[in-house]
Formats: sequence, C-alpha cells, structure tokens
Amino acid sequence: MAGERVSKDEALELFETDDIFSLGTLALHVAVKKNGKKVFFIRNRHINPTNICINRCRFCAFSRSKGEEGAFELTIDEIIQKIHPYYLGLSNPLTPPYSPLTKGGRERDKGGQGRLREVHIVGGLHPDWPFEYYLNMLSVIKEHFPELHIKAFTAVEVDYMSKISGISLEETLLALKRRGLDTMPGGGAEIFNSDIRSRLCPEKISGERWLEVMETAHRLGIKTNATMLYGHIENYEHRVDHLLKLRELQDMTGGFQSFIPLSYHPKGTEIGGSYSSGIDDLKTISVSRIILDNFDHITAYWIMLGEKISQLSLLFGADDLSGTVIEEKITHSAGALSAESMTPEGLTHLIRMAGKIPVERDCFYREVKS
Amino acid sequence: MNNPNRLTKKEGVELFKKADLLELGRMADEIRKELHPEGIVTFIVDRNINYTNICINKCLFCAFWRNENDPEAYLLEKDDLLKKIEETVQLEGTQILLQGGLNPRLNIGYFINLLKEIKNRFDINIHGFSPPEIYYMADRSDLTIRETLQLLKDAGLDSIPGGGAEILSDRVREIISPRKIKSDKWLKVMEEAHRLGMKTTATMMFGSVENSEDIIEHLNAIRTLQDNTGGFTAFIPWSFQPGNTELAKSLNPPLPPFSKRWSGGITKLYPATAVEYLRVLAISRVYLDNINNIQASWVTQGLKLAQVALRFGANDFGSTMIEENVVASTGIHYRVSKEDIIKAIKNAGFRPAQRNTYYKIIRYF
Repeated sequence: MAGERVSKDEALELFETDDIFSLGTLALHVAVKKNGKKVFFIRNRHINPTNICINRCRFCAFSRSKGEEGAFELTIDEIIQKIHPYYLGLSNPLTPPYSPLTKGGRERDKGGQGRLREVHIVGGLHPDWPFEYYLNMLSVIKEHFPELHIKAFTAVEVDYMSKISGISLEETLLALKRRGLDTMPGGGAEIFNSDIRSRLCPEKISGERWLEVMETAHRLGIKTNATMLYGHIENYEHRVDHLLKLRELQDMTGGFQSFIPLSYHPKGTEIGGSYSSGIDDLKTISVSRIILDNFDHITAYWIMLGEKISQLSLLFGADDLSGTVIEEKITHSAGALSAESMTPEGLTHLIRMAGKIPVERDCFYREVKS
Repeated sequence: MNNPNRLTKKEGVELFKKADLLELGRMADEIRKELHPEGIVTFIVDRNINYTNICINKCLFCAFWRNENDPEAYLLEKDDLLKKIEETVQLEGTQILLQGGLNPRLNIGYFINLLKEIKNRFDINIHGFSPPEIYYMADRSDLTIRETLQLLKDAGLDSIPGGGAEILSDRVREIISPRKIKSDKWLKVMEEAHRLGMKTTATMMFGSVENSEDIIEHLNAIRTLQDNTGGFTAFIPWSFQPGNTELAKSLNPPLPPFSKRWSGGITKLYPATAVEYLRVLAISRVYLDNINNIQASWVTQGLKLAQVALRFGANDFGSTMIEENVVASTGIHYRVSKEDIIKAIKNAGFRPAQRNTYYKIIRYF
C-alpha cells in the first residue's frame, strides 16, 4: 500500500482538477475494488434528544439556548415512543401508542416498511442533563428493543459527558458501551484546522481532541464513522489536511467504518453563505474515496446532498446511501431541500438505476435480509 | 452543419443505451466547450403566464389542466394578466412565456387582441403558444397553420416555445396524450414558424413510458428539421413529474409492452432519477450537432443537479421563472431567486450572464 498512497500535493491536485470525469472514474475504480457493485443502506431513524446546546456553533441552525423559543428536550419515554412503531415495522407508524405491556414487540406488521435496524442518536450539549441521563437512555432503549442497534453520541458529546461526570474518556466510553452503545456516528469533526474551527465553532472541542475521542473508542472496540463539513469558509488545503488526519488515525486503529462528507447548509446559520455546488459535492466524494484508501466505505448522505446528487455519487466513488432516516432535524433546520425520510424501496430504486446492487445492511455493514 | 462525426440513429441508440455515463458526459462536455469556449452560462429573466388551465386535451401526464366546470378552472382576466407583465418588466424581465390549455371559449380574435394590447403597453418579448395551441387556433378558425402564425406574428407574437413536443413518437403520444396533435403536426407548426422567420425552442419530456428508440426518434426529428430551417435556438429536455397525474395512477402497474423505460425492466412509474436525466441531457448535446444551446432544467431537477448538468452538455440555465404553475401542480417546488441562480452558476465554475430570447447577452454578473 505504501508508495501508491496519495500524497498531500497529489490530493490537492485532485481537488483542483477540472476533469471531473477522470476523477470520478478513478474513484469509482477504487470503490468497485473494495465493494464491487454493492451499495449499502440501513433501515434507521434519527432521534435528537435535545437541541439545547452550550456550544452554539456558527454553522448550526439547529441549536437553541435554554429557554429560547423552539428549544426542546425529550424524555426517555418520548424517545421510546418515537422508536416503537418503527421497531415493529408497522405500516402506519403513527397509530398505536406504545404500551409497556407489549414490551419487546413481537407483533410485527407484515405490510409495513420492515423492521428498524438502527437508531441514530445525536443532540446538543445540554447544560443540566447528568451523565446518568444518557446511560439510562441507552439501557431503556435496549431493554425495550433488544435487537435494535444504537449508534449514538458524537465525539463532542462523549467528551462533554466525560467532563460533566468527572471521569476519564475511557471510563465514559466503557460505561456507554456497557449500557448498549453499539457504534458511534462521525459528527462534530467539521474541519480539523484550528483557524477555521475557531471561526466556525469556537466553543467546540479541538480537532485533536475529536481524534483522541475516536482513537479511544476504537481502542475499546467501538466502531465509528468520520465526517467532514465542507463548503463554508474552508479551502481545499483544509479539506486535504482533514482527510489525511483521518487516514493516519485509521492506519493506527482501523476503527472507522465509513467516511461521510457533509455539505454545508447556509439557511439560518450565523456564517451564512451559499450551498456547495453539485459539482463540488461529487468531487469531494471522489477525492475522499481516493485519499481514504484504508476506509471500507464512503457514504453519500442523501439528507444533505439530496437524492439526486447522492445517486450520482454512486458513480463517483460512494458505496453507501446511509439509511431510510426518519425525522431528520439538524440539516432540515438549515434549509435542507431533501425529504425527511426515504423508503427502502425508494433507496433501492436509486441504487438500481445507477447500475448498482442494493444491499441492506446492519450498523456493522453486515448484509441482512429484510 | 457538416459534422463528420454526426451520429446515425442507430449509433445514437447504441450510445444512449450502452455508453458509460461518465464517458457520455465527457463527450457532451467537450462539445459544449467547443460551442461555448468562453465558459459563460446564460439565463433569461422571464415569467410564465398561463392564461388558462381549461384544456380539452387532458393529457395523462399533466396535473395542470381542469375541465371547464371544475371549481379550480380559470381564465385570467386581462387586467390581471397585464399586471403580471408589468411586474415582470419591473423585475428587469425581457420575456413572458405565454401558454395555456386548449380552451374552447377562446378564438383567434381573443389572442390577436391580447397580443396587440400587450405590445401596445410593454416593450417585452412575447414567447407564446406552443404548437398544440397554435394548431387548435388554426383548426377552430379554419385557417392554415401559416395563416394563423402570420396573424399572431402581425399582432405581436415574437417567438414560440417548444412545449407540447413531449416525445415525438406517436406510439408514446397515443398513451400519454392521445388527444394532443401528433408528431408530424408539431413539427409542421415549427417548420412554418421558422419559415416566417420566428425563432422557437424545442423540448422533450422523457421519463414516462418511452424507450431508447423513442428518445432518439425525437432527437432525430428535431435535428432533421433544424437542418432545413435553422430556427431552433435551444433544446430543453426535462423529466416527467408523476405527482398528481392520471398517467402515474393508470400505469401503476404495468407499462406498455414496448416500454422498458430505457434503463431496463422497471414496472412502476418512478420519476426519472439523476442518472437518467444526465444521460438524456448528454445524448441530446451529442446528437443535436446543429443546435447551439442546451438548457438545464433546474425547475424539474433542482439547482444542484442543474449545476452538474453544466458539465453534461448544458450551457444555459433557462429562466428565472418569476412564476411557474405547470410543474408546480405536480407537487415539485424548487423555489429559487435570480440571485440563487447567479450564485449557482458561479459556484459551478461558470460566468453567469443574463440573455434575451435570442441568446444575446444583455448583462454579465
């Protein structure tokens, strides 16, 4: 592998090229070598326990301060209610309120969308919630829905939990794992460069700390994703630097499952600006695929890219469409033009029309039968 | 006009069906660069004014038409229509796209008066009446197509939009728009218009029940007429939007036997995906070697895909569409301002410029 690796200068050239056709072809070649024609997706839903956040990043339109209009916080019971109908795969998820007596839910509805495999939980850094609240959330979800995978808490949230509880990062992660945390999402990475970060999200943990949390998680056997928020005030060099740092950590731990480039959404944010172009989105997918030679998967997150650019991404190096994603709030509060969820049928159609083979997966990228 | 690499129909079908999308895109991009080496992407500031939604054609793919007695049926009052034009002029619009259903209450006298009144009041290009409307006017007044066009032209009609072409293959028209004029008549109206010195555009609505051969058939018909007249300024492919249409309901499932929806084997009528859109766009650029401009359709594809389309053969962003009703009636809404369009073109790596109906640049941004 060494010697063939893309250097920093080469990576910059890749971003700077105008020849998106050669770039896409090269990235597609890498993707096919790793995953053949397979394109993955998962039946999942999002839960944002709260939008109250002490960080208030400049690129975020989701967060609120405590007491501010639009601020919300979910109880654990409300979280359970949100998961329940999807866990059962009911055809009309809005119907029956969950009763604790039917715990575990064996009464699946054959006409429904099929069973939920994963719940994706990320939220703000709430000033009052104790660490126990998060631990309890995991236990109760696992108790009610034992087969459901929990992908929860970005490195930023985990760092915060360690701070509020006064225990080490390692102890924090172990406690979460014991209570049912299966994997971690890759959010909060934004752009590692400290100059950009100080203008984008001055209160947020540094890039080094983000990487440290991930390294610790990987060492404890927790698989995670990685992300990069692009298209705001950074330049190509910052992107390359970010990608190379991820590649370096992945060399050490192998704990990253997928890389998910996140395109910046300007509506309602403090830094404003414009949406990234469709061309830049495709380029970023391709360059990521080529640089991150030690990542198995590159995800085209359709919530951010829209289903059209996401489908095209499959010809530019992506092999994963994330999931059905029910009730996405964070990107939609910043002006996402995409739907708030997609059916497995809709995802499958996009994949097939791109000439690929749809594969439903679990949170560890194992193939599952629906 | 003498392109040694001109595709035959057979080659067109082969390329469309089999070429790798990125390869086809590269071919289209290179042709676009040759035709428009300055890296400028144009757009027009205009407004769609749909004077009526009452239509006797009742095409199955359309969600806009209403019966005469429908509570939602309308015919714009002249004052309202003129007010819309006034607003367009205020917004630096240079054109109105005047189109509507085939309304049995309206005769050619109505249109002649309307055109005259608009021209009396405003200095604006009237891009109006697609071939089905013109054919209907001629038919009802017992005039030839040429006579009808001459009357409209004399009254102030400047140019003609390329709507109503759908797919210029009659087996497809038979299914999606059985009452609409057939291909030969659509082409005839355009030919006569070109002969009278009027410029027109040409469109194609794909993604319903056609197959690859139908698409190439369509492109070939346009290319052949353009060889004779040179009157087409631009080609605009867009995709069928199934929301709220009879076609989506009636064909779900199955599709007619000839239709494999050209990417193969689907039995349900999904809207065309991005991959399909770019494939059609790119083959259009490659096949139509005698048409200067290809439009990206942000109205049906969204801004991001329209940006990508600029690398798959398109060199024009169409209209800012101060108002749009027909696509909106299928439930598709991409709300976009002129500033958004300028930004989108810049971010895609091109220089935005406002143009007039004849693709003459008015202003750079």
